[in-house]
Amino acid sequence: MGRRVVITGMGAVTSLGMSARATMDAMAAGRSGISALAFQDVERLQIRIGGQIHGYDEAAHFSRQELSFYDRFTQFAILAAREAVTQSGAMLKGAQSGVVLGSSGGGLHTQNENFRKVYAEGKNRVHPFVVPRLMNSAAASHLSMLHGITGPSYSVSTACASSNHAMGQAFHMIRAGMADTMLTGGAEAMLCFGGIKAWEGLRVMSKTGCRPFSANRDGMVQGEGAAVYVFEALEIAQARGADILAEVAGFSMTSDANDIVMPNCEGAVRAMQGALDDAGLMPAEIGYINAHGTGTAGNDSTECAAIKSVFGCHPPAISSTKSMHGHLIGATGAVELLACIMALREGILAPTINHDQPDAECDLNVVPNVAQKAKPRATLSNAFAFGGLNAVLALRSAL
Amino acid sequence: MTDIVAEKVIKIIAEQAMIEPRDVALEDSLEKLGVDSLGLVETVFAIEESFDIHVPFNANEPGNKTFDISSVASIIEAVEALIAEAT
Repeated sequence: MGRRVVITGMGAVTSLGMSARATMDAMAAGRSGISALAFQDVERLQIRIGGQIHGYDEAAHFSRQELSFYDRFTQFAILAAREAVTQSGAMLKGAQSGVVLGSSGGGLHTQNENFRKVYAEGKNRVHPFVVPRLMNSAAASHLSMLHGITGPSYSVSTACASSNHAMGQAFHMIRAGMADTMLTGGAEAMLCFGGIKAWEGLRVMSKTGCRPFSANRDGMVQGEGAAVYVFEALEIAQARGADILAEVAGFSMTSDANDIVMPNCEGAVRAMQGALDDAGLMPAEIGYINAHGTGTAGNDSTECAAIKSVFGCHPPAISSTKSMHGHLIGATGAVELLACIMALREGILAPTINHDQPDAECDLNVVPNVAQKAKPRATLSNAFAFGGLNAVLALRSAL
Repeated sequence: MTDIVAEKVIKIIAEQAMIEPRDVALEDSLEKLGVDSLGLVETVFAIEESFDIHVPFNANEPGNKTFDISSVASIIEAVEALIAEAT
C-alpha cells in the first residue's frame, strides 16, 4: 500500500473569500459568491453572472515585473499556495518535493487579451511573454520557482476533473515514495469574454443562478479562483509535529468511454466505489459527499442515481458548494475539498443553497440551504468531467 | 417568406440528421430523425446563424418551454415567431 498521506496546509482564493478560512466561513454561512460579471464586452454575452472575484487588485499583490509573467490563474495559484505553505510549515525546498496543479483553461485571460489585440484591434505584435504567461503549466512552474521545489512538477488538464486528478496524482506520488511533500490543487480564471462566449454555445449555462438538485435548476454558473494544499507523508508530518488537517485516504479514476458531454452513471459508480476500496472504507463510514452537483439537468440526477447505487438505502448527506462559488472548472475539486475538510474538522456540512424545489430524482439529503451539524469520519469529493473522465478523492478524519 | 423559412430549417435539420431534406416530415421529432442532444445544439446554432436571430434555448430546461422542439413543424413555427419578433 505504501505510505500514508496527510494534508497539512490549505489556501484558497475564491469569490467567497481571499483565504481558505474565509471561503469555508462563507460556505458554512450559505453565502453566495455569484454576482453580475464585470469585464470587457460582457454586454455581448447572454450569460452575465458568475462567481467572479470582484475588487481584486493584482498590483496590490505582485510587482509589475511579476505581472508580466503571471496570468490571472497563476496569480490565484500563487496566493493560495502562499497561504497553504505558511499554514503547513512544511519543508518544500529540494528534490523530495513537487507540484501537481489542475487547470482546464490555463492562461485563458492572456489568450483572450492577445487574440483581441491581433484580431479585433489589428495589432501586429504582442507582448514577448505571452507564451510563458498562457501555458497551462505556468502556475506549476511558478510555484516550483517560488518555493525552491526541484522534484516532479507538472499540470493536469481533464476539464472539470483537473484538480481532483491533480490531487490524486500528488497523493499517489507521496504514497509511492516518489516525493515527501507536494503542493497540489487547481487554479482557473475563465471568466472573460472568450471564455464565457465559448461556454454559452453549449446551452448548458444558467442566466439566473446555480440551483443544484433543485427541480427548477436550469444550468451551471461558472466561478474562478484557486485552492492549493500541502500534501505530506504522514510520518514526516508527525515527526515535525505538524497540525494534520485530514488524511488523504483513497483515490480513484475511471473513464465512461461513452459521450463527450453527457455524464454516465456507471462510470461515476465505479469511481466512487474505487475510492472507497482504495481507502479501505465501507460505504457506511462515509458521512458526507461533496457532489459534483453542477446544477445541470443531466449531471444532478445521474449523480444521485450513482450515489444510491453505491450507498444503497442509507446514502450519506451530499451537497454542492457550486451553488455558492460556481463551477471553477479545472479548480473546482480543489475548492470543494475545503468543504470536506470543514466537515471532518469542524463537523459542519456546507449547504446546497438556492434549493427551491425538491426533485424526485435527487431525493437525498442535499443539505438544502442551511448548513448541518454532523460528525463524519470520512468523506468523498466527486468530480465528473466532460468526456467522461471521473476522479474521486476520499478523505479520513485526522482526529 | 414562410415557405423559405421552412425550407431553410428543414435543410439545417436534414444536414444534422445526415439525410435528404425530402426525407424530413413536418411531424417528425428530432429524436426520430436521429438528431441527438449535441445535434440539437448545433441545429440551434445553425438556425441563429442563418436567420440572424437569438434562439432562447437552454438544454437544461424541462420541456423547453421557451423554444418548442417537439417536432420539425414546431421548430419552424418557433423560428417564424422569432423572426417576426426581430423585425
